Amino acid sequence: MAAPITLHLEFGGGAELLFDGVKDHQVTLPSQSQPWDMKQLLVWIRANMLKERPELFVQGDTVRPGILVLINDADWELMGELTYEIQDQDSVVFISTLHGG
Amino acid sequence: MPILCSSCEKKRAVLKRPKTGHSLCKECFFWAFEEEVHQTIISARLFNPGETVGIGASGGKDSTVLAHVLKVLNERYNYGLKLLLLSVDEGITGYRDDSLETVKRNEQQYALPLTIVSYEELYGWTMDAIVKQVGLKNNCTFCGVFRRQALDRGAMMLNVDKICTGHNADDVAETVLMNVLRGDIARLRRCTAISTASEGEGVVPRCKPLKYAYEKEIVLYAYFNKLDYFSTECVYSPNAYRGHARTFLKDLESVRPSAIMDVIHSGENLSVREGVRMPVQGTCSRCGYISSQALCKACVLLEGLNRGLPRLGIGKHHRLHGKILAKEPLTQEEERKLKAVDF
Ligand SMILES: [Zn+2]
Ligand SMILES: [Zn+2]
Repeated sequence: MAAPITLHLEFGGGAELLFDGVKDHQVTLPSQSQPWDMKQLLVWIRANMLKERPELFVQGDTVRPGILVLINDADWELMGELTYEIQDQDSVVFISTLHGG
Repeated sequence: MPILCSSCEKKRAVLKRPKTGHSLCKECFFWAFEEEVHQTIISARLFNPGETVGIGASGGKDSTVLAHVLKVLNERYNYGLKLLLLSVDEGITGYRDDSLETVKRNEQQYALPLTIVSYEELYGWTMDAIVKQVGLKNNCTFCGVFRRQALDRGAMMLNVDKICTGHNADDVAETVLMNVLRGDIARLRRCTAISTASEGEGVVPRCKPLKYAYEKEIVLYAYFNKLDYFSTECVYSPNAYRGHARTFLKDLESVRPSAIMDVIHSGENLSVREGVRMPVQGTCSRCGYISSQALCKACVLLEGLNRGLPRLGIGKHHRLHGKILAKEPLTQEEERKLKAVDF
């Protein structure tokens, strides 16, 4: 059993509007037999955090195109995207590019 | 295992560029992004030394990044430009008032002088008041037409030689797509141009230095530089048509990142068949702004608002322009058609 994991999540660029306008969140993921990966994190966010219009944040099993994801301040495209294994104290940032000009 | 920057091979890469596929560290990314904008400016000869350049600033990510990059490049390469920020206050409570606060902070952060022109002082109408009269369906038409002219009027007041706007590659690709879908050949031909010469008296030349910059890179440039920008959607009905074009392009981009550039490339290289009629540009006989009709769109819309006939500028009512100019009364039938609010 992996121990619970504490994460810093941040939503910006307008994505925070789907989370009651709150940008910074400290969350704890429950312990489970397998390590947590990004794919599971998105499912967890959708079930536990999304306040409205989930289709504006997740699409299929990934984020909606146009939302950028940074893991520990690096583009998730460099980190394995959905398969990245989440570590305790990681920081994950979601930034919408779809808002405002 | 952190991936190393493919350029300096020393620091940890922080992003994969959609344009080139390169993995770069923060510093190498800033440099590459700024150099590309510099190349765009140089190869299209966007500016001349000594010019006063007004940056159309909305407080959003694009114009904030544009202001930041232009300031950096103006100093790095001695462009010799006098840069200033020019903002339009449409009079939208809960949206523009907040984003203007961002622009005011940018004025301090970048030490660039800011001028704000408002719909209220230029036209006597705020968007809030316009929406009260016309409702939420055609309000974006009013706003778009008024904003274009407001930027020109502000620029004229400040003796600006050129206006630059924050339109990025994604915006241009979207516009190409929308013009194809609407069959608007005249706009399709114009929309990929990086700069427009003055089309006449009262119209300041415009350019788009970020035309080839991907939205993803603009947002990451702002994020890693910790730039202060505003990202709330306008409180009035969003442009649904553009929204669909945008979603479609983002979906394409997620499969093939070059899709954005490919669409722009197609737009640039379309040739329009000889004999396609293009509207002839003249000037508005009331305010002198460019217009292909007797009255420019802004004057027609304004006349409609002031007479309580909001439909006047929506759709085609060219044959009424003569009457409006001559201040002749409209027939009851004409009035009835223009009054309906359920449009
Ligand atoms: Zn580097
Ligand atoms: Zn006019």
